[in-house]
Amino acid sequence: MRAEARSGLLLSTPYAAFLLLFALFPIGFSIVLVTLEWDLVTAPSFAGLDNVQYLVGDTRFWQAVVNTLVFLAIHLPLQIVVALALAWVLNRPLFFRSFWRAAFFLPVVISGAAVTILWSALYATDVGLINGLLARLGLGPVPWLTDPAIAMPSIAVMATWKNVGFYIVIYLAGLQSIPRSCHEAIELEGATAWETFRHVTLPLLKPQTLLVVTLSTIGGFQLFIEPYILTGGGPLRRTLSMVLYMYRNAFSYQKMGYAATLGLALALIIAVVLVLQRRVIGRAEEA
Amino acid sequence: MKRAAFYFLLALAAATFLYPFLWMAATSLKPPGEVGGLSLIPDQPTLENYRLMWARAPFGRALFNSLFVATTITFSVLVFGSAAAYALARLSFPGRRALNILTVAVLLVPAQLTLIPMYTLIVQLGWVDSYAALIVPFAFNATAILILRQFFLQVPRSLMDAARLDGMGELRILYTVFWPLAKAPLATVGILTFMGAWNEVLWPLLVVRDEQLMTLPQLLTVFSLGGGAGPRALATKLAATMVMVVPVVAAYAFLQRYFIESMASTGTKG
Repeated sequence: MRAEARSGLLLSTPYAAFLLLFALFPIGFSIVLVTLEWDLVTAPSFAGLDNVQYLVGDTRFWQAVVNTLVFLAIHLPLQIVVALALAWVLNRPLFFRSFWRAAFFLPVVISGAAVTILWSALYATDVGLINGLLARLGLGPVPWLTDPAIAMPSIAVMATWKNVGFYIVIYLAGLQSIPRSCHEAIELEGATAWETFRHVTLPLLKPQTLLVVTLSTIGGFQLFIEPYILTGGGPLRRTLSMVLYMYRNAFSYQKMGYAATLGLALALIIAVVLVLQRRVIGRAEEA
Repeated sequence: MKRAAFYFLLALAAATFLYPFLWMAATSLKPPGEVGGLSLIPDQPTLENYRLMWARAPFGRALFNSLFVATTITFSVLVFGSAAAYALARLSFPGRRALNILTVAVLLVPAQLTLIPMYTLIVQLGWVDSYAALIVPFAFNATAILILRQFFLQVPRSLMDAARLDGMGELRILYTVFWPLAKAPLATVGILTFMGAWNEVLWPLLVVRDEQLMTLPQLLTVFSLGGGAGPRALATKLAATMVMVVPVVAAYAFLQRYFIESMASTGTKG
């Protein structure tokens, strides 16, 4: 037993040390940073609640919050509808099912940076693929990334394209776990395909929908490389994301205290939004 | 007839996901005059875009950096991570309970909270512009430890007892008895870890400024932002993106089932 305890400590100590340095210390230090003014060059000075006060009145921060909500308002429904529809199609008797699934999943495995650069080419106003296709149909060029009203929806569509394959696989697994008898029972009652879907399939897929909403929401709050490459946060700061703003405060303005305050605010907002979503989806079941 | 329409729509949907990649491959081979076109076959194919991007930024070096960083992280997460997971699952030692609880608790903390403190830590350690900054903060991974620990818990007690009677040490038991049984979870963890490290871009953008140490997605980002506008710049950018995309697509073509299953399995469990 003595030997077992010794090996146990030996094997787990590197991990424990790692957690201490790269998880516990950063979590604790994030609270300290909130009270500091620090450019990483000169000595930090204590700033009390100045950072928090500044955050409350910071229009850029609130713009970033609104931008993220706009992103989620478009991205979440789009993601759910497209993923459900394609999963439903893949769940039917089908030739080459694994080929279709692999095609939809391909963007998931590609780096976000690469996908974003590809889409900067698809969205390009003059030489882009999408405007090229629209021109064939006789439609004028759309300023996908330079019009303040269109830029964020464009990013939301791109993010859906990038991630939807992952959610298709999740929904597909959910659909395959629904017993046939569930459908047959209600079809015997004379329900239409849509009624079966609405009252049997959809409620049974609630765990998957909750997962899609949770993961997509977390992803939405992590939006960074997309606006960083495509728009730089413009036009008119309409695509400034919270992580991009945090990155700029740390990297470009050297305001560590304020950047950490943004990080803390972001973590709290994510927690609140996820709890609210769980409530709403939980209630949808009872209705 | 209805069946044909169904497959037509399905093909259209699949094309939405595949055509952009094919168009990117084609455009990267086109001279500036053809760049706006929709055609997938260049009239006058040229490697000029590839020559330009290779000459303008150290993409060979970035490819090496990315491979080195992602491989080292994956090795560490698998080899040292399973040692920790093994101890947490099968050995009784003081502090085990606390470490198990901590592993789960850490997963609940959003990455945004720790990003800036981690960055200041790296600066204080003097690790800016080093491989250490890119590797050490990812040397262990709580998700990986949980997945492996969960699996190691299911290995029958009798196997361990037999190995101990044979006089095997704990590390030998782990790597010669447990590992051969754990191929599936090890593959899942390996794929997820490698892909995460290979695709990561925010962290390198914070801690690396020296072009020679940049990873592929980082150099690609910097290169694309500094590239300017116009057909030539766009085609060069896409040529650089191909360097990042082609190895992944090649690996994916052979291993797509494992890619999809490892990502989906952790998603549904989560």
